[in-house]
This record gives sequence, structure tokens and C-alpha cells, in this order.
Amino acid sequence: MEYTQGQQHPISLYLKIWGLLFILSTLSYLVDYFQFHGLLRWGLIVTFMLLKAGLIVSIFMHMAWERLAIIYAILIPPLCLLVLLGMMAAEADYIFLRRLLFFGSGG
Amino acid sequence: MALFPRGPAVVENRAPPAEPEAPGGLQGFYLDWSSDREAFKQVPWGKAMMWIFLLSDTFVFSCFLIGYMAVRMTTTEPWPNTSEVFALTLAGHSIPLILIAIMTFVLISSSGTMAMAVNFAYRRARIRTGLLMLATALLGATFVGMQAFEWSKLIGEGVRPWGNPEGAAQFGASFFMITGFHGLHVSIGVVYLSIVALKVLRGHYESSGNYQVVEIAGLYWHFVDLVWVFIFAFFYLW
Repeated sequence: MEYTQGQQHPISLYLKIWGLLFILSTLSYLVDYFQFHGLLRWGLIVTFMLLKAGLIVSIFMHMAWERLAIIYAILIPPLCLLVLLGMMAAEADYIFLRRLLFFGSGG
Repeated sequence: MALFPRGPAVVENRAPPAEPEAPGGLQGFYLDWSSDREAFKQVPWGKAMMWIFLLSDTFVFSCFLIGYMAVRMTTTEPWPNTSEVFALTLAGHSIPLILIAIMTFVLISSSGTMAMAVNFAYRRARIRTGLLMLATALLGATFVGMQAFEWSKLIGEGVRPWGNPEGAAQFGASFFMITGFHGLHVSIGVVYLSIVALKVLRGHYESSGNYQVVEIAGLYWHFVDLVWVFIFAFFYLW
């Protein structure tokens, strides 16, 4: 019996994604090279990062062609991390202000 | 009979029920989870387990990165400028972050060769699959080599987990912990891929024609690349 398992996509698809990942990496490197600052820098870094991550997960890891049952089981739980991120950021802000108050800004 | 497309728990003494094509979309999601049996239809169990392992690994790496965020936000000392710390002098010019950029391209290339290996595996092109996997492992080993170079360069400059000449002491702790744990993953991946590649080349999977192992190894490898995307953005570029 021949295996019908596995996904058949043309090789050109992978080469295109590979090329896109190269371009996105170059762009995020250029953000540093041209010394962008502030909101523009963070916005660009996060945008390129999410695009790259999305391409890797959906195409290279074949998530785009899986059933919703496994997509949700894998991709929803990490959203809890955003809660942890938010709580830690609030906590860190508070600690930073306390340190400024007690140690002085000179450290 | 050695084929386990949905796991080994096949009841022998009755014919498998003729399964109608499972509906997709939200209705499929609901039916899959409420059917009181396998939820992940059309997903081999090895692949499902690898995904769940990767999910747990996501939490580990995220905890490291969020911890790094916390120490970086709370320190009152200036954070070292990664652009300068990781600059290399090539042909008389100091190029910022160049080694990290090259490492990024090497790892992305290894992901590209791995994706093609998975594709050739399902076409049962055994030799091409094995060679592409070995190429992936080689690129991974190159990455680890460059990371070793980076570590020794920084250690030579006096960066330690408890302090460094450039600024906040927490920089060293975050750097060695995060890149070290990632490098360990890459190293394990190199060994893992090499073993599977050699088995593929020897024709170990020819009799069953089941090349899912290649895709499962590929998932692990793409995940290692995925983690690097986040480390590159948050640790090196931020």
C-alpha cells in the first residue's frame, strides 16, 4: 500500500519562503545598521519578527495545512505568555521606580 | 501492517470502521474534540507529540526572554549596546552585529534545506533527503561553531554572568543563559538530524515507506530556527 500521508507542495514554494525569510532578516538587520530609534525601531523589529515567525510556522512547519484541532491546541496556549509578559512588565516598572527612589539615578 | 498513520492503537480483531471524511472548519474542531477518542485526526501520533514537546519548549524559552525583559527594565545601569558589543572588524571596518546577521542567515538556510528534505522524503527520494538533512546538520554545526567563537570573544572581553565592563551586570547572565540554551538545542538537533539522515540513507524506512520521521525531525529543527528569530529580535536588535 502506498503512503498517502504527508504533504506534497512544489519545491518552488519552499524556495520562495526561503527567499522571503532572507529579505526579512536583511531588513531587520538594516534597522540596526541605520540606527533607527524609538517607536519606529521597535515597531519594525516586531513586525519583521512576527512575519518571519508566521512564515516558518505556517509554511515550513506545515501548520497552514493542519486541522483546526491541532492548530488551536498548539497556538492558543502560548497566548497565556502575554499575560505573564504584561504582569512582569508592570512589576518591572514598579521595581525600576523604587530603585530610582532608593539608590538615586546614578545607580 | 507496520503502518501507523494514526498511532499504534489499532484493534486487530475487528475491521476498522469505515470513517467518513471528517468535516473541516469550526464544526470539525468541535467534532474532533468531542468525539471522545483521538482528537488530532490525520496527524500521526509522533508528530502530535513533537508539537506538544515544542509547545512546552516555547514556554521555557519565553520564560527566559520575559525574565531578560524584567532584568533589563529594572536595572538602573545602562544596558550594553549590543550593536557595538557584537561588532566585528572586517577589512579595517567595524561592522555592527555582522556575526549575528551571518548566524541568522546560516540558520535560515538550514531551515530551507530541511523543508526541502521533508518534501523529498514524501516523494521517497531517499538519497536527496539524506543529503539535504546532512547539509542541514552541517549548517547547524556551523552555527554552533560561530556561537562558540562569539562566546570566547565576549569572555575574552571580560563579560561574565555576574558582570561586564560595558554596563548592567544582568547582560552577561541573560546572554549566556539564553544563547546557551538555544545553542544546546541546535547541538542536540545536529545529532538528531544526523542520526535520522544516516538511517534514511541506509534505507531503513524503505520497507514501510513511512518517512514521517523526517517531518518530525524537521519540526524540531524549524522550531530551533523560530526561537532564534525571537532571540535575534529581542536580545540583539532591541
